Amino acid sequence: MKSLSEIETTSKRATRAAGFSWGVSEEVGKCIRLLELFGLPGIKNLNSYFNEKKLNNFEDLKLINKENQPQKNTFCPINLGVSFLDQIRTLETFKYCSFKNIAYPILFLPFLSRASEVIGKKIIFNFDKNQFLLNFNTSISSNFTQEQCPLIAKDVEINFLDNKDNFSELEWINLYKLSEETFVEETDSLKQGAAGAGLTDND
Amino acid sequence: MEIELRDPNIIMKLSRLGSFHQSKLSFLRSFLSEFKDWEYKRDLFDLDKDGFGVVVYSFKKKDRVYSLICFANKIQDDERSDRVIATKWDAAFTLYDGIPSKKDIERLKQEVPKQEVGRLSYKELTLSRANKSVRVFDHVVESLSNGKQPNLDLLEKVGYLYRTTAVYGSGKFGLADRFRIKNREEINGPFRLEMMLVYLVRQFTFDQVNHVAQNKNPEEAVKLDAKICKNLGIGNSTGLGMAPFIVNHPTLLNNWIMSREKALKKIREIKKVDPIDSDLFKQCLRNSIKNITSWNTESEYQLKKIKNLLNDVKKFLDFIETKFDFEIDYAFNQLYLWVEKETCEECIEFIVSLMMEPYDKIIEPLVKQMSSEEDKYFTIPTNRKVQELKLIIDAKYPNILSVDFEKKQNYKKFWFISKNKEEPRIADRFEEKGCELEQPLAIARDIKKLYEKLLITKKDMTIDKFLSENADLRHVVRRAFIIEKFPYSEIQDNTISENTIPIDMLRLKLSFFGALKFDPRSDKWLRICMFQGAPLPNELKNYDDHWVYKINS
Repeated sequence: MKSLSEIETTSKRATRAAGFSWGVSEEVGKCIRLLELFGLPGIKNLNSYFNEKKLNNFEDLKLINKENQPQKNTFCPINLGVSFLDQIRTLETFKYCSFKNIAYPILFLPFLSRASEVIGKKIIFNFDKNQFLLNFNTSISSNFTQEQCPLIAKDVEINFLDNKDNFSELEWINLYKLSEETFVEETDSLKQGAAGAGLTDND
Repeated sequence: MEIELRDPNIIMKLSRLGSFHQSKLSFLRSFLSEFKDWEYKRDLFDLDKDGFGVVVYSFKKKDRVYSLICFANKIQDDERSDRVIATKWDAAFTLYDGIPSKKDIERLKQEVPKQEVGRLSYKELTLSRANKSVRVFDHVVESLSNGKQPNLDLLEKVGYLYRTTAVYGSGKFGLADRFRIKNREEINGPFRLEMMLVYLVRQFTFDQVNHVAQNKNPEEAVKLDAKICKNLGIGNSTGLGMAPFIVNHPTLLNNWIMSREKALKKIREIKKVDPIDSDLFKQCLRNSIKNITSWNTESEYQLKKIKNLLNDVKKFLDFIETKFDFEIDYAFNQLYLWVEKETCEECIEFIVSLMMEPYDKIIEPLVKQMSSEEDKYFTIPTNRKVQELKLIIDAKYPNILSVDFEKKQNYKKFWFISKNKEEPRIADRFEEKGCELEQPLAIARDIKKLYEKLLITKKDMTIDKFLSENADLRHVVRRAFIIEKFPYSEIQDNTISENTIPIDMLRLKLSFFGALKFDPRSDKWLRICMFQGAPLPNELKNYDDHWVYKINS
């Protein structure tokens, strides 16, 4: 079994060898480590992507808009991922954004995961029939069960979820009431000895 | 009185970092202190009459066990090499997480002796190998087997029976990643398990030499005297492998140096020095003269440094004993100011280390601040502005900005990874091939390049937009934002100049390990000694914490 340290170092060096800058290669090293840590096929897809990159051109997108489409080919998941991570505070204000044709979408995923941590919001990444929920870079949930991740994400939608409860107010109240059963009613004498008791708060 | 932390632009110069010495903050001393109440055992000793076979040692506390598995092998004299390209060693070691089963030992027997080409698992924590100092080992066997103790002059000159030539950890070759151990309650700082391995290897060398002598002449052989053992350490040959580490771990580097600087600051801020503390300091200082006079090297570069150090330490000792009064306020501050003015860099840092000796209360909390969660600071704050980044560079890299990288001598060297051993190397870019594959270790040059780009960029541009046009500068943009928070995270020097002495980088790291007697064999590799004078495992429960200054006493 390869250690995560080996995975990060080798991914970084391979990315540099594939023509990316050292700074971007460092990002890729961290991202592939993250994918493998979460049990997703990072090494496999990075390998395939670099092999295909020798034969085909991929497009970069320096400035991400609400809706984004490559001119001729597919988007490079690495440069797109770096742009997404760098521009996340602007993108967050869009509430959602969409993309057409991202190559090797699994490689784009860890950048979204890290972006989720930066803005402190969950992000949903939908493409075709696959959905991934990025939880502040602590976990990735998905309905994705196939062994082979699609090589292209044709229709991508990314939603930034507002920080709100996953439950109703009624559900909360019911649970809170139950939790109150662990509390003890205070007697008057205990109340008189509690912090701040006996003083005027207007002093 | 509030004392300022020392200026990173002075402390982080290579010549200063290359003058650092071990101290109470050093990892091997922290290791001994943190594991002193662990139960030490020799669990297996299966060597043949010539000392070849398997030995297992362990440290245990409650449910936690760490086991060192040693494989001693027969090799021919012409196969013995300290170079990283070697493929066979006298002994190979791994520190196992728990108690190894017979099956584990069988598996590791196939892998550990192969070192870099073997595969380890997450159950193994560190990996190393070592070669005998044949001259010393054979002499000790000969002497002991004839019922005599060995020649102390020879032992003192070399200082060890075995030299390690690499110690690996943190996920190398399949070893356990750091995340698996970093939150364990006994792991209070970096490199603890590497230190454990080296410490137990030292014990293995004594047990092996006794065993071989005993088998050579069972009737007359005696054991190596415990006091002699104590004055032997374990050697180490170190090349450029560890140089990039301090560049690639900026927040960790900061935390090491910051702990040292905070310790010095707090000591200088002591208004009234307790006589017990000043006496201890003076005692360690007097004893330290022996550490300097027994420091052997053939390196002219190091001999000159040792000579200056000895002269300056003697001058300092004379000053303390004849002209200085420890009863004055802020005595250590006055001493520090004197040392800074009157002595060389090597001596300044030697005295700084010595000043820590009396102050456990200051040092112990700092020991726990020497690790780092590097990933926390990895993401670039891309919402910041170009003007902010420029101001950071102005403030944090003034010396580097003054280097003229148009001049050939200032970018003569380049760092690369060798193909045959995947190890870092440095070469002349005008004479050797491969500079197009340069590693990102020329931080000074790249910071200056970034700065020049920032000068012609709109001040209010955000960093995300700057990076979209300047991906080649991304690695140094990240570093500049790190140094904003971590002032000692960067070497404030040019690492590719024709005058760069790479061993300065090694010495910095080795001083934090706790190495003694730096012996440069060129400007690119050196030998050192670790644990010389340290308590033996059976003495750990009650040992003198200032043992470093009592070697051969």
